[in-house]
Amino acid sequence: MRVIQQGVSMVQRALRAVGSHGEWLAGLLLMAGWLALPSVGIAAEGTTAGPTEYRDIPYVGSRNLVWIVAQLHLLLAGFVLGVPMFAWLCEVIAWRGGEKRYDKLAKEFTKLLTSAYSTTALFGGILLFLLVAFYPKLMNYLTDVFFPSFLLYCLLFLLETATLYLYWYGWDAMQDGRKKTLHVFLGFLLNFFALFIMIIPNAWATFQSSPVVLADGTAFERAWAATWNPTWWPINIHRLIANVVLGGYICGAYAGVRYLSVRSPEEREHYDWMGYVGNFIGVFGLLALPFAGYWLMREIYQYNQQMGITLMGGFLSWLFILQAMLIGVLFLGSNYYFWLGITYRIPGSEGKYRRAMLMMLVSLLLCLAVWMTPHSLVASIEEAQKMGGAHHPLLGVLGVMSAKMTVSNLMILITFMSFVMYWRAGKQDTAGWAKLAKAVMGAVLVLASLAVIVLGVWGYFVPAIVRINYFSTSQVLIVIFVILTITPLTALLLKSAKTTTEMVWGSMPPRAGYSLVLNAIMVILLMTLMGYARSSSRVHWHVYGVMRDTSPYAYSPALGSASFIMAFCTFSFCLIVAFIFWVATMGDKSKAAPGPGKGELPHGIPAMAGGAPEEQSQR
Amino acid sequence: MGALGKPIILMVAMYAFLKFVLPNIPGSAPLPSSLIFLYLLLTAGGIFMFETVSGESKDAFWNPIQRFLTGENIGGLQALRYGVFILFPLLVGWQTYGSTAVSDLPPTESRTIHPAPPGEYTGLSNPVPKTPDNIMQGKGFYAAYCSPCHGGNFDGKGPAARGFIPAPANFADPTTIAMLQESYLFWRIKKGGVGLPIEGAPWKSAMPRWEVELPDEWIWKIILGEYDGAHQSPRTWE
Repeated sequence: MRVIQQGVSMVQRALRAVGSHGEWLAGLLLMAGWLALPSVGIAAEGTTAGPTEYRDIPYVGSRNLVWIVAQLHLLLAGFVLGVPMFAWLCEVIAWRGGEKRYDKLAKEFTKLLTSAYSTTALFGGILLFLLVAFYPKLMNYLTDVFFPSFLLYCLLFLLETATLYLYWYGWDAMQDGRKKTLHVFLGFLLNFFALFIMIIPNAWATFQSSPVVLADGTAFERAWAATWNPTWWPINIHRLIANVVLGGYICGAYAGVRYLSVRSPEEREHYDWMGYVGNFIGVFGLLALPFAGYWLMREIYQYNQQMGITLMGGFLSWLFILQAMLIGVLFLGSNYYFWLGITYRIPGSEGKYRRAMLMMLVSLLLCLAVWMTPHSLVASIEEAQKMGGAHHPLLGVLGVMSAKMTVSNLMILITFMSFVMYWRAGKQDTAGWAKLAKAVMGAVLVLASLAVIVLGVWGYFVPAIVRINYFSTSQVLIVIFVILTITPLTALLLKSAKTTTEMVWGSMPPRAGYSLVLNAIMVILLMTLMGYARSSSRVHWHVYGVMRDTSPYAYSPALGSASFIMAFCTFSFCLIVAFIFWVATMGDKSKAAPGPGKGELPHGIPAMAGGAPEEQSQR
Repeated sequence: MGALGKPIILMVAMYAFLKFVLPNIPGSAPLPSSLIFLYLLLTAGGIFMFETVSGESKDAFWNPIQRFLTGENIGGLQALRYGVFILFPLLVGWQTYGSTAVSDLPPTESRTIHPAPPGEYTGLSNPVPKTPDNIMQGKGFYAAYCSPCHGGNFDGKGPAARGFIPAPANFADPTTIAMLQESYLFWRIKKGGVGLPIEGAPWKSAMPRWEVELPDEWIWKIILGEYDGAHQSPRTWE
């Protein structure tokens, strides 16, 4: 604003100086100069003596611009790297099991992926240009450390692009016999390259947080040491799972929107089913995500106490209350969708499961209440005086990790049981050992829940290291044990079960579609929030403890300003995704629409939109 | 209004529990409004979810509301409807005014209790061996310098504690020093309230800067004594 005001006053002074005759000419010239001020700002630092360390742009600020572009690139990349995993799995299911609808679904997922791929690369390119332009000193340093991995990354990108083109454009041509085997192998390669495309940039980002710097050695040795830094693998695992979650929920939201807009019963059935699969994939990843997050945070804490406290106890700790709220809504939304599925897709089931749903809902809300209760409460002076400080004497104990870990594990168990309930609905056991199996499953669930709670309470009375290394790990193992015990038992039971009520696809109410969209928005917000947390934990360092940020932006933005940018990123990403999906489905709409000219279009649909080969074989 | 009765009763009961019952449980205290709001929000969300999980329950829940707001021939409820239409915007306006008007009360705080320590204080290990003698000495120093505020029982209830807001830390609480490494305590004791970083604002800590009176060795011994006396263990990574 100051720059604008200076510019305006300059224009006014000049206008007064030239008098009335030359007013319009001088005004135009000065206005042109004023409008060109940003370029002066951009170039200003470049003209000073010595190497340029930073550049800036007026109004928006270099940091905000890089923040927004990086976040959008990361979200797009998460989608692009997450979707191939379950697209390929769907294809394998269709290939081995012979269910063609899974192949169609896999193709639809890949269509979305193809359209998003180029946009991801575009944002990656923009991000690189901005980083090189705004942070030349930092980029010089990082290039010096990571040069060998830059080359590898470029090679992988070429391989990934070629594989994706072959995978997508060869879909219809490689449907039978050995060609299908080759196509499935291409899908595997796509995921293989995608994994490395993710973990190499992760090394650059995690190096900034937990650097390992070798003073001597070859370029390769230095790059390898920097790559294998303490938080590299925790981030790799966390992002891998998070990408599946993001991809699943976004595909679910896509199906939800399509479900709300299509009219024909066949399409409603298809998109209802696709929404279910998307939600299932999201939930499947969500169950594992807290474990990965806990491991990451533990490694950060162990790497540097200062960074750990900044995140979990310092000024960033409020982010984790927001995180609890978002994850809580995600859990509630996913369960709600399962329950809607039971009552609407399996007619007559509502009465049988309503009580169980109520119990699950109450348990989820209680867990969420514990998770969202901060250790230090937001309170007025009077309220704090009555409590005797910022901690509530009774509820304060809910604010620490032992309580949070306990309830997050319980929420995972409840969500898993919600899925099992959905799976079993409308079926009647016929196996002679069904009663025993159900008793075993019930006992496992009850004992596991009790064990998780007991360990959680006991965690308050043992040294932190015992709680972290043994109790929390045991809680996670108990939950995994429950999942690994009940899943095969249920699958075995259902193998011989009699279907009493057929599942009716396409009968979900509109709010099911909206809940899928809500879940997607929650997961996007969650990723923007955690992106800010991870970056801000470095505080005033570009490379923690090695290269200090000496720019005017070497401060952490207040949570209010940060949440504005997070909301902006979420909104922008939704717009971009909506645009990509709109472009991707443009081909389908033209094919579906009757008319003399439309029938001739399929060969001419733009390839980049991901709509070209779609349905040609089906026409 | 039958299907609406239960949710309304549940919300009122929850509010009454949080406002009047929970604070009166022994050892408890009144909840801040932010927490009450949070729990009521969760309750309302739960009610909404449960009532809309099936077509029948959604109709039973929503139809009376819709009828009340838009239906015809609702008899005596017509006056109530106008009352709601007039009172609701006024309520929103009042709430908005209340939250934005200039007030002589200090603003609600979200103080960071445990700001990150400076780099030079991270990862330090206690140089004083954990022997019975050193622990005993540490407890002696604690009794002389710390117990007036933090209490002889390490529970934050020393004779001078009532003079401070916020109250001195309760070391017997498993959510305080048990969550921290010894180096963190060393920093907080040595530098005191005035040594808190910017993110610790508002700096409402009356903790003296003990480095001007106590040698480092004594501070480390006090830390040994504190953990032992409060029956807690410091956070470690081994």
